Amino acid sequence: MNWKSLLRHETFLALLLVVVLIVLSFQSDRFFTVSNLLNQGRLMTEIGLIAIAMTFVIATGGIDLSVGSILGLTAILTGVFWQNIGMPLPLAAIAAIAVGTLAGFANGAIITRFNVPPLIATLATLALYRGLAEGISQARSVRGYPDWFYVLGQGEVLGVPTQLWILAAAAIIASIILAYTRWGRTVYAIGSNEVASRFSGLSVEKTKLALYTASGFAAAVAGVIFVSRVSTTRSDMGTGIELDAITAVVLGGTSIFGGRGTIAGTMIGLCLIQALKNGLSLAGVKGDGTIMLIGAVLILAILASNLFERSGTR
Amino acid sequence: MSAVVDLPPTRPASGAQRPGFFRRLFADYGQELVVLAAVVALFIVVTMVNPRFISANNLTTIFSGNAYIAVAAIGMAMVIITGHIDVSVGALIGVLATISGTLAVAGYPIWIAWLAPVLVGMAVNACIGGLVAYARIPSIVVTLGALSIMRGGLISVTGGTWITNLPPSFLIAQKSVLGLPVPLVVMVVLTVLAALWMRYSAFGRSLYAIGGNAEAALATGIPVERRTVAVFVIHGAFAGLATILFATQLQVIQSTVPPNLELTVITAAVIGGVSILGGSGTVIGSTLATILFATIGSALIFVNVSAYWLRAVIGLLILATVLADMLRRRGRI
Repeated sequence: MNWKSLLRHETFLALLLVVVLIVLSFQSDRFFTVSNLLNQGRLMTEIGLIAIAMTFVIATGGIDLSVGSILGLTAILTGVFWQNIGMPLPLAAIAAIAVGTLAGFANGAIITRFNVPPLIATLATLALYRGLAEGISQARSVRGYPDWFYVLGQGEVLGVPTQLWILAAAAIIASIILAYTRWGRTVYAIGSNEVASRFSGLSVEKTKLALYTASGFAAAVAGVIFVSRVSTTRSDMGTGIELDAITAVVLGGTSIFGGRGTIAGTMIGLCLIQALKNGLSLAGVKGDGTIMLIGAVLILAILASNLFERSGTR
Repeated sequence: MSAVVDLPPTRPASGAQRPGFFRRLFADYGQELVVLAAVVALFIVVTMVNPRFISANNLTTIFSGNAYIAVAAIGMAMVIITGHIDVSVGALIGVLATISGTLAVAGYPIWIAWLAPVLVGMAVNACIGGLVAYARIPSIVVTLGALSIMRGGLISVTGGTWITNLPPSFLIAQKSVLGLPVPLVVMVVLTVLAALWMRYSAFGRSLYAIGGNAEAALATGIPVERRTVAVFVIHGAFAGLATILFATQLQVIQSTVPPNLELTVITAAVIGGVSILGGSGTVIGSTLATILFATIGSALIFVNVSAYWLRAVIGLLILATVLADMLRRRGRI
């Protein structure tokens, strides 16, 4: 019953995506080319990785606003560990990802241990992690990475951008976990009714801690990919990326109140946003105009899903 | 830190002393006093390290240069007390400053250039409040959306250009009244008025009731939805007033969104003792917290710490305050 309505939302969204793709390909003949589409895939990987983890977080009724700052911190640390401390680059990237994951763990610990609302906890760490990135980097950027490092962000494997493989793998694994494991069902249970879940013996705290840690990990991996893609590190990397990720998740049918949502929906939402961004920019609309559109889409999507929800369950 | 607040309410007076004016003061304004003490301590320490810290010039920078944040934080405090949040206020101030500056340069009467941001701010926030109260979209989602609509809209309309040639009579933040800079006076007056209004008016009390328990507030006959819209509209008016101070402090206005302004404003309200869960806190606290940030920012420069660490320090501060708030609540329950 419930999955039927979910299916409908995603089918609707997928149809919308097809319509948008068709309209955009008429707008510009450069849009529907293999190279452009693959390139768009490259551009949406970082948001996509974050959005996958964010789907879990929002499905529990939480939110993680600090992901953009974790991305920035990881990027800076990759550069600093490699150039200033002298670690070999692979080790530097892994160490930076470890710190990013730890940052996510800290979010989870603050939220579960001290019962701080996720919105406020991650708003605070958004400032803290970005501040650390700024303080550590002192506004210096690190460049000149070895060529092999760019394979991750600029190279191709079997004709497809490297990071797109990572995104696809992450999406498949995540959707299996969310849809078919006990752990995934725990996520939905917490989002539907946290108190009832606790009384049913589900490990609510552990699950939430793991989710925020995973969110930090996803943002950290996205950070390293970002560095590899743009060939430099700056402390303001990833600013505002949390908004893009949340928009993709919510547009994809995940309820902001928790208890509902799928990875497939998130991925369709992500493609829709990226298609709009790219199509509009090819049609001559500036990047800022698309930011505006995404904000409007976010509000309208929730408004629509709220109206459906009220006419349905209550 | 503020465990003192949890003293049992009835204490047998051991002497003839009144049951503590100071104790009552601390119970009501514990967090505010902590912030005030931090400001005073910081002033003393930094002045010992570098006496130029309390030069008139630097004091003006600290108080006047940040008054607009304090004014915006008053409205934010009211919104958070009611149990909501607004992450779009920075973008709103950016939009309003551009409108105000454009009107002033275009030769409209100065009072229109000052009035417009207040009215537009109220109108925009009426829409936001309506979506929150009647369409029941969480305020975080509405304001995140509003943030990107306003940020994107502003840059695509203006291209982020600088507005120059502002008429001198427009620049009210650079003037002074009775020897005191206007922003300082505005900040103090608005804080006092808002504090009195929140503490003694029925409207103010109802905001605390809604933030504490919206369902109970509804059951006692408070028109929760209308009050929610109203508090957003008032918040919009304060954002408009903040804009006037912000837009007139320099000779130019950059028509972009001031980066991270919303975070600074929210942080000021929360550090000042406004509970993130709604239902408690005062606007005095948010103003004091703004002064604390400004003092920290200035102090870092005067003791030769790189300004790049400022955000990390503030992040740590907000985190510590939030944790203290949660621990205090846990102690009470």
